[in-house]
Amino acid sequence: MWTAGVSAPPPAVEDGRPRGRRAWWRVTRTPGPLRRSATERLIGGVAGGLSARFGIDANVIRVLFVLLAVGGGTGFSLYVLAWLFIPRAGSDASIARRAVGDRRTIAVALAYVSALIGVFLALDALGLSFVVNRLAWPSVVGLGGLVIVWRAADDDERPYLRELAEQVPVFGPSERRSRTGTVTRVAFGLVLVAAGLGGLLATRHPTFATIETILAANLVIVGFLVIFGPWWLRLARELAVERRERVRSQERAAMATTVHDSVLQTLALIQRAAGDPREVTRLARAQERELRAWLFEGRAPGSFDATEVRTVAQAVGVIEEEVEAGHRVPVDTVAVGDCPLTEELSALLAAGREATVNAAKWSGADSVSLFVEVEPSRVSLFVRDRGRGFDPESVDGDRQGISQSINARMARYGGTVVIRSGPSTGTEVELVMPRREVRS
Amino acid sequence: MNDTGPGASTGTASAPDGRIRVFLVDDHRLFRSGVRAELGDEVDIVGEADEVDAAIELITERLPDVVLVDVHMPDGGGQAVIEAVATVHPEVRFLALSVSDAAEDVIGVIRAGARGYVTKTISGRELTEAIRRVSEGDAVFSPRLAGFVLDAFAADPASAGGATPVFDPELDQLTPREREVLRLIARGYAYKEVARELSISVKTVESHVSAVLRKLQLSSRHQLTRWATERRLF
Repeated sequence: MWTAGVSAPPPAVEDGRPRGRRAWWRVTRTPGPLRRSATERLIGGVAGGLSARFGIDANVIRVLFVLLAVGGGTGFSLYVLAWLFIPRAGSDASIARRAVGDRRTIAVALAYVSALIGVFLALDALGLSFVVNRLAWPSVVGLGGLVIVWRAADDDERPYLRELAEQVPVFGPSERRSRTGTVTRVAFGLVLVAAGLGGLLATRHPTFATIETILAANLVIVGFLVIFGPWWLRLARELAVERRERVRSQERAAMATTVHDSVLQTLALIQRAAGDPREVTRLARAQERELRAWLFEGRAPGSFDATEVRTVAQAVGVIEEEVEAGHRVPVDTVAVGDCPLTEELSALLAAGREATVNAAKWSGADSVSLFVEVEPSRVSLFVRDRGRGFDPESVDGDRQGISQSINARMARYGGTVVIRSGPSTGTEVELVMPRREVRS
Repeated sequence: MNDTGPGASTGTASAPDGRIRVFLVDDHRLFRSGVRAELGDEVDIVGEADEVDAAIELITERLPDVVLVDVHMPDGGGQAVIEAVATVHPEVRFLALSVSDAAEDVIGVIRAGARGYVTKTISGRELTEAIRRVSEGDAVFSPRLAGFVLDAFAADPASAGGATPVFDPELDQLTPREREVLRLIARGYAYKEVARELSISVKTVESHVSAVLRKLQLSSRHQLTRWATERRLF
């Protein structure tokens, strides 16, 4: 087949020239920058890309690469370099550019390359220098490049690479790995081991004896790696999968326990309390809060410790929690801004708590609104209900006492209290505490 | 999926009897039927959908007055529905419903184009009121949302967690009056109560809130988005 899939023109239309007159190795050039082809590819799409760019049939380019590879090995390294430096069609960054910032990938590539250099040094020392001279540089460059391609390819290319790798006998999944592939690999490994052992036994130059011994030993090691490497890799992979499974099942068990202990228990309580809407609301809200704290703040249910409260917003959350639990009235809290708790702010929040409890206890309203705003110079707190209201001037002793305790707390630190109440509007308590300069 | 809508009606005009035409988008069937029951005959529910693609298709076909949309759904959630429909049919209004109250969700869905945000614990009466308000082009701010806005548009940028310069004073700052209105809403005041407290009309309150909504949607203050993502639930 002599047409490149990327640019195959409709016959006899292209350029107005009939197809037959063109040289057999010419194809249509595609304008645009040089890109590796994503459609016309056997390996990396390099030949397809060059074909589209320069108008030469892809197979001609392929044959050139193969000839260069067989005669001296440069074809292989050139191909890999092109794979590295030419971006894939539809992408602007080459794999090489992606790899630049990736230290791990570079380190891994260097590790492979140095292992390969070790092998060549060993072969050289064993008198196989004609092999080394021919293959060393192309294969070192090629292997390093392939490792980088494998690790740094973008997400679009990676699935294709995996597919490609599975067709290579050594890397494929075990069930698809052919018997001959394994036999070849083991045979090659045995040759390496034998060569290494031979080198160890026959040291000829007294001056180079140490180096020769080291290199030969390396060769033996590499030989064993070739034989047992894939098997060891598979074992490691299986172990990792197993560990992940175990972690996951432990997490699931922990989750089940938490959900059982809190959510299912609450649901059971809710069913039993079905006749009491207030109780149902209280249970549902308490459970909701607990679940949120667990899901979003990572706080285990039941682990909340009041001594952990360090900021105004947290303290407001505690008021909401306690009043809802104690008085079965939902408290809708809104906090704007936040700051660490100080002595006078603790007093403000204690007063705010009193006011909230009051509203929950006496107003008869369905819910209480609690609003706190932290500003640079002061913190304001509003407690509001739409309940029956009262006259702040003439209330019974009990309430008088409470409102005085609010007043006293606030006055001690220079805060102000305003209570507005009416039979139709409900009650609102406004507490404002000036913030003192933070002592450094 | 139910189809209770008058099949032939495609305009945005209200139902023949003057009721507001509402569309429900939520992936929980239980919740959809709950909302249906709560709204009762107050509004005309013209359809419902349980996933993003079907929602976009049916809303474009039926053009309801108000879409009640769940924030959390697979495939992009309510935000995806709003973004897909709002550009083509700006006359369809969205009211977001959620269980979450997370600043990120609230700000995200409002910036996508929702005219209000309420939590799923809202009562049927309040929900009907919110739907009416949104259908009239006004904004619906829950106390929590008002709190978020006050926090995000803090007078002193440094106290909101970053000294980002203000770029457009028209959009990036709240007027003192808007701040006052939001504060009252955060304190639990209904619009009517806000109006009485500030001695202004309910219409004026509504226009202040709509102005805040516009700032929330258009402000380029990137602090806003960052603030929302950094802020966790409390």
